[in-house]
Amino acid sequence: MKIVTKTLEGIADIQFFPIIGLIIFFIMFVVLLYYVAQLSKNQIDEFSRLPLDDAQDIHFENDESTFSKK
Amino acid sequence: MELQKFTYDNKLTRLFMNATIFWGLIGMLVGLTIALELIYPLMTNGVSWLSFGRLRPLHTNAVIFAFVGNGMFTGIYYSTPRLLKTSMFSELLGKIHFWGWQLIILSAVLTLPFGITVGKEYAELEWPIDIAITLVWVVFGINLIMTIVKRRVKHIYVAIWFYIATFVTVAVLHIVNSISIPVSLLKSYPIYAGIQDALVQWWYGHNAVAFFLTTPYLGLMYYFIPKAANRPVYSYKLSIIHFWALIFLYIWAGPHHLLYSALPDWAQALGVVFSVMLIAPSWGGMINGLLTLRGAWDKVREDPVLKMFVVGVTAYGMSTFEGPLLSLKSVNAISHFTDWTIAHVHIGALGWNGMLTFGMLYWLMPRLYNTKLFSVKMANAHFWLATTGMLFFAVPLYFAGFTQSLMWKEFTEEGYLKYPNFIETVVQILPMYYLRVLGGTLYITGVILMIYNLIKTAQMGTFSKIEEDEAPALHSVSHEKDKGHRILEGKPILFTILALVAILIGGIVEFVPMFMVKSNVPIIASVQPYTPLELQGRDIYLREGCYNCHSQMIRPFRSEVERYGDYSKAGESVYDHPFQFGSKRTGPDLAREGVKTGPIYKPDSWHYNHFLSPQKMISQSIMPPYPWIINNDLDISSTPKKIRVMQLLGVPYPDGYAEKANEDLKKQANKIAQGLRDGGIEVEDGKEVIALIAYIQRLGTDIHKTE
Repeated sequence: MKIVTKTLEGIADIQFFPIIGLIIFFIMFVVLLYYVAQLSKNQIDEFSRLPLDDAQDIHFENDESTFSKK
Repeated sequence: MELQKFTYDNKLTRLFMNATIFWGLIGMLVGLTIALELIYPLMTNGVSWLSFGRLRPLHTNAVIFAFVGNGMFTGIYYSTPRLLKTSMFSELLGKIHFWGWQLIILSAVLTLPFGITVGKEYAELEWPIDIAITLVWVVFGINLIMTIVKRRVKHIYVAIWFYIATFVTVAVLHIVNSISIPVSLLKSYPIYAGIQDALVQWWYGHNAVAFFLTTPYLGLMYYFIPKAANRPVYSYKLSIIHFWALIFLYIWAGPHHLLYSALPDWAQALGVVFSVMLIAPSWGGMINGLLTLRGAWDKVREDPVLKMFVVGVTAYGMSTFEGPLLSLKSVNAISHFTDWTIAHVHIGALGWNGMLTFGMLYWLMPRLYNTKLFSVKMANAHFWLATTGMLFFAVPLYFAGFTQSLMWKEFTEEGYLKYPNFIETVVQILPMYYLRVLGGTLYITGVILMIYNLIKTAQMGTFSKIEEDEAPALHSVSHEKDKGHRILEGKPILFTILALVAILIGGIVEFVPMFMVKSNVPIIASVQPYTPLELQGRDIYLREGCYNCHSQMIRPFRSEVERYGDYSKAGESVYDHPFQFGSKRTGPDLAREGVKTGPIYKPDSWHYNHFLSPQKMISQSIMPPYPWIINNDLDISSTPKKIRVMQLLGVPYPDGYAEKANEDLKKQANKIAQGLRDGGIEVEDGKEVIALIAYIQRLGTDIHKTE
């Protein structure tokens, strides 16, 4: 165990790391909420359609073609 | 706007897909084998490499890293280039990743059944394999990040964020938890000990669930559900918030695996609080997945892919509701160490990971082969087999867990344990173990149907090795002014670093005080390092995977203290590299097994006969016999090296003790063997069983020593 404790003790001011980390995350989360709130509807539509506009999908446009009971 | 042509490579997707199916079947069959072993303990009589303790790690590793691992890579290599409108960065790195990963799995198959293990759950693989995992993981990471860098779309779709988080976090978890000092090529000791090792291990273990079984599959969910339903995700805003909240909160929750243990209360409380908060982002994901199907429920009736996705995401919702519930101390007091845990993880594995994988495979195979699925009927049959199989597996185990726990805790009116014999509580729940086998068999039957269906599908079509696509170059679409998160999304490396920071915070808050503040592990003066013979015996205990069925952690409950002896203290395990608290009591706790005045003490001769034939000592026992421990000679050539590594780790053996250790070992072995011979048991000093008995009889005795 000594091996870990000694290494950690060697890092200067390590006792402040947790609180600094928490502050970074808190600020990031607030910025994130602001960002999400200000996104326009167009942007959201554009982002969320990203998986759907494949060239290959035109070929399989109608999904029933894969699973239809003919 | 000039359009650039590029191609998607389907070969790698197909390789990973085949590996997913192959290892999935193997992992599940090993699971079925060990489920049968619990009903028929003599099934593999005397074959060491088929014993429960050695196969159970193979089952968990195969399902997690081979089945789900290959499953996630299948989806990642398919969706990433298509979402980013580019081919993967390097075909060569992709191949190295694939073959490297399969070699790692193969080396797990070739080591775990032979007892080559570190003895930490889900991190059993020895150090050379751990290094290989790190290297292959980095290859995967480079390929992923560089593909993002050379993309042709401005925005990085949310699925890719989950892939990035997976890469970054698994790398950190794996490295931090696996640091150990080698004794030989196939043996090492972790640098952490006891309660600190437990904290690191469950920080790893819990986040392996989070970042190996959850985040990559959420990424797959965000890609394949919209694809299969042919409609965009329900709320993209929700996906952004739930992503960051999930990766930040998950990392703190590990200590909920150590409730009522010797872990300091503050750490336990952190684990509980963050686990409860986790419901929000987890259900954010579930709701987003299910509501993506709004207006498409008519399709769900007919399309087996969507059906599987719906059950998969529902199982995710159920197990992420159950998780926080289980981390409440009052619930955990009942659920922990019982089959409830096994039921819980299988809702996740069979439901969430399994169903999502199957749905993805049914969706992918016809597309890769330019054809239709061979039989929709068969896929629907698979759906029902998998769903009922999962229920037949889990429901009996919930019942078993509840029943056994309540039996452990029940007192008579006179104040004695109502079921003082552990075996009574085992016999009571055996019928549930039969039902589990039924559930598992149903589930595997479904998988076999799927394999047939997919092979037939492949035979019907022709495989398209590459697909062509075209898109404008990135610079021609990025003319608008960026701000906020949009800048962040444009910079994958900065994004990666921020994800890393988010997941490091929880780890630092838990680890730094745990390692630095001395009061977390109060020193107990009478706790001494293991003798060389006990150390060798302990390594046999690890090799046989005893921790898979026996805990070494008596919780501070009246019922446990009454049954096993004084509750476990943090200071008792300071020389345990690795810790052996365990997480399941298929057999009784062993933390005070050696205490002569304790309630569960057995003499050496009992242990000898019990290892030879548990059923001879306890007729209804479900423990397998260990004849090879009786017959094998103990290898003492490793003793000096083991002592030296322990000294390096801070275990206070006297200077130069390594060279003298084997003298002490032989003396102690002779004393135990002589005792057995006096009792009429024919045994030589140098057998493995002597070392194991020495270790077992040492357990829990330190605090009872009188000066």
